[in-house]
Amino acid sequence: MKKIYVKEEVCIGCKLCEVYCITSHSKYKDVLKAFKFESITPTPKIVVEENGPLSFSLQCRHCDDAPCVKACITGAMQKDPLTGIVTCNTDKCVGCWTCILTCGFGAILRDEKNKVASKCDLCADTGEPACVKNCPNDALVYSEGGIKA
Amino acid sequence: MSLNYLTPEFKVIRDYDLCINCKVCMRQCANEVHSYDEQLYKMVADDFKCVNCQRCVVMCPTHALTIINHPQDFRQHANWSYDTIRDIYRQAETGAVLLTAMGNDKPYPIYWDKMVVNASQVTNPSIDPLREPMELRVYIGRKPDKIELDENLNVKTQMPPQLKLEVPILFSAMSYGSISYNAHASLSRAAEKLGICYNTGEGGLHKDFRKYGKNTIVQVASGRFGVNREYLNTAAAVEIKIGQGAKPGIGGHLPGEKVSEDVSETRMIPVGSDAISPAPHHDIYSIEDLSQLIFSLKEATDYKKPVGVKIAAVNNVAAIASGIARAGADYIAIDGFRGGTGAAPKRIRDNVGIPIEFAIASVDSRLRSEGIRHTVSLIASGSIRNSADIIKAIALGADAVYIGSAALIALGCHMCQKCNTGKCNWGIATQDPYLVKRLNPEIGYKRLVNLVTAWGHEIKEMLGGMGINDIESLKGNRLMLRGIGMTQKELDILGILAAGE
Repeated sequence: MKKIYVKEEVCIGCKLCEVYCITSHSKYKDVLKAFKFESITPTPKIVVEENGPLSFSLQCRHCDDAPCVKACITGAMQKDPLTGIVTCNTDKCVGCWTCILTCGFGAILRDEKNKVASKCDLCADTGEPACVKNCPNDALVYSEGGIKA
Repeated sequence: MSLNYLTPEFKVIRDYDLCINCKVCMRQCANEVHSYDEQLYKMVADDFKCVNCQRCVVMCPTHALTIINHPQDFRQHANWSYDTIRDIYRQAETGAVLLTAMGNDKPYPIYWDKMVVNASQVTNPSIDPLREPMELRVYIGRKPDKIELDENLNVKTQMPPQLKLEVPILFSAMSYGSISYNAHASLSRAAEKLGICYNTGEGGLHKDFRKYGKNTIVQVASGRFGVNREYLNTAAAVEIKIGQGAKPGIGGHLPGEKVSEDVSETRMIPVGSDAISPAPHHDIYSIEDLSQLIFSLKEATDYKKPVGVKIAAVNNVAAIASGIARAGADYIAIDGFRGGTGAAPKRIRDNVGIPIEFAIASVDSRLRSEGIRHTVSLIASGSIRNSADIIKAIALGADAVYIGSAALIALGCHMCQKCNTGKCNWGIATQDPYLVKRLNPEIGYKRLVNLVTAWGHEIKEMLGGMGINDIESLKGNRLMLRGIGMTQKELDILGILAAGE
C-alpha cells in the first residue's frame, strides 16, 4: 500500500501540513472557513516533531499488525483489509486513549474537544493526502515502498 | 540611549479577516518580524525588522499578508530623496561603511531596453523553429588561426581545448559560503542536465560536486581559496578572477559567521575565520605576470582545459581585454556594473564600473580591429534578465552569457538585497542550517532547467524571425540591432544604427 514518507533534510518546519490536514478534515474543506467559521476546528491528525534545525511531520504508519487495532476496547480502530488503511470510527470511540498508549510512533493524538482519538486516514476519500499535496518544499512523499532516489 | 532617527523601510499589512493564526509566517521569518500576541490573540509584526523578502507573503495559506514600502515619507526634495537621507541617518548612527548586496540598483539607463532586434520579411524569409533545425550550441575557447586539412580532407590542425555549451548560457560565479550548499547542488545538477556549465566562484569546489566536474568552471582568485591540482583538473575550465562588476577594484569578503565546517574544508581555511580576498593578486602586477599565471594553470592541467580571465567592466575595458587576449587567455568574462554580489559597499556598487552593453561592444570591436578576436571567446555578464538580452549581447559580440541573479531568482530569490546578513529566508545566501533546507535541490534544479529551456525556445524563435538558424551567425552581427532613444555617441560605441536607418 502507499504510505507517507518524510524527507527530513528538506522539511522546514513550517507546519503547513497541519493547516491543510485540518482543512481536509473540516466540514467546509476551505482553509479560511475551516479556521474561522467552523465552531469546532478539527484537530490535526499529524504532528511536526522538531529538534534544532531537524524537523519532520509524523503521521500514522498504518502498521501491518497494528497495535492500536488490537488494543481498541470498542472496535473503533479498524484496518481496512483492501486498502490497508487504519481508521478510527469516531462514533464508537469512547476516548479511553488506550490506542495512544500502544502506538509505538506517537502518531495518534487526542481530540480533546470531541473526546475521540485523532489519526491520519491518508485522506482516503480524496486520493492524495492533503499534507503531501500542499507541502511547499516537497518534503512529504506519498508512495509505495519508501522514498525513491 | 539617544533617539534613533530611522523609521521602518517597509510595512506589513495583515488582513485580519483572512488571518487564521496558523503562525506559518512567524516560523518562516529569519528576521523575526512576526510574533503571536497571547493577550491580543492575534499575530503582530515588527515593521522595523522587515526586509521585504516576500517569504511570509508567499507561504501564507490564506494570502492575508502584503508588504508595502512604508508610507511615512519626507517632504519632497529633488536632491534629498528618502534613501539619501536614510543613508545619512544610518551612518550617523553607526560610523560604518554601508554594505548591501546584488548589483547596481541606481536608475542608470538600461541599454538592453533601448535596442530592438531585426526580423526578416519578403525577400529574406524567416525560419520556423518548429519545422527546421536551429543550432544554439557554442564552443568557448581559443580558435586556431587557420584550419589545415590533409589529402583525405581530415583536419590536421591541433584544436585547442573547448568548452561545449548546448545553449550560450552559463551560471555565474557564486561561491560556496556566499550561497548555500543546496543552491550549489541545484546549479551544478541543472548545468549537467542542460549541457552547460556553472562557475564555483572563488569558494572552492565542494567534494560532493566533483562528480559534476565536466560541467564546472573553477576560479582562481586573489585569495586562492580551495585551489589545488585536483581542483584544477576536476573542472572543465579554469577562470582567473581579476574583478567583479558589482565591486570593481576591491576584493571579496566572506564574514566568519558564514564559515562553517563544510565551508572551511572546501575553502581550506579555519572555521569561523573571515575569508578575505585581497583587491589585487599579489603575484600579478603586469600583463606579463598574468600571462605567467595563465600558462602556469595550463601546465597544471596539461593544456587540456580552457583558461579564462574574469574582469569587471570599467573605463578602458577594451585595452585591458586586448592585453588579456595577447597574454594567452582562452576566454574573457566581462562583468558589468549591474552584476550581482553577496556583499559590497553600497557606494562602490552604485558608482563604480560601466554597463555591460558598452563593454562587450567596445571589446569585440577592438579585438576585431586588432585581428585577434578569434583567439578568445567573450562571455558577457551583469544583469542578463531574459532571452532578448541574450540575443542582444550576442549580436553585440559576446559568445555566451553568464546569468547569476536570474538563476537565483529562479531558485526563489526576491531581490531584498540583504545577502550580506546571512539571513536569506529562501535558503540561498545563507549557511544557517534552519534556512539552507528551505531550498530543496530537487525543486531548485528543475526550476533552473525550466528557465534555461524556456529561454532557449525563445532564442530560437527570435533567431528564426531574423532568418538565422545558427547562433554563431548572430555573433557580432550588429546589423541585427537598432537603437531607440540613444545619442549618436552611444550608437557609435555600440556600433549600431538608429531605428529606421
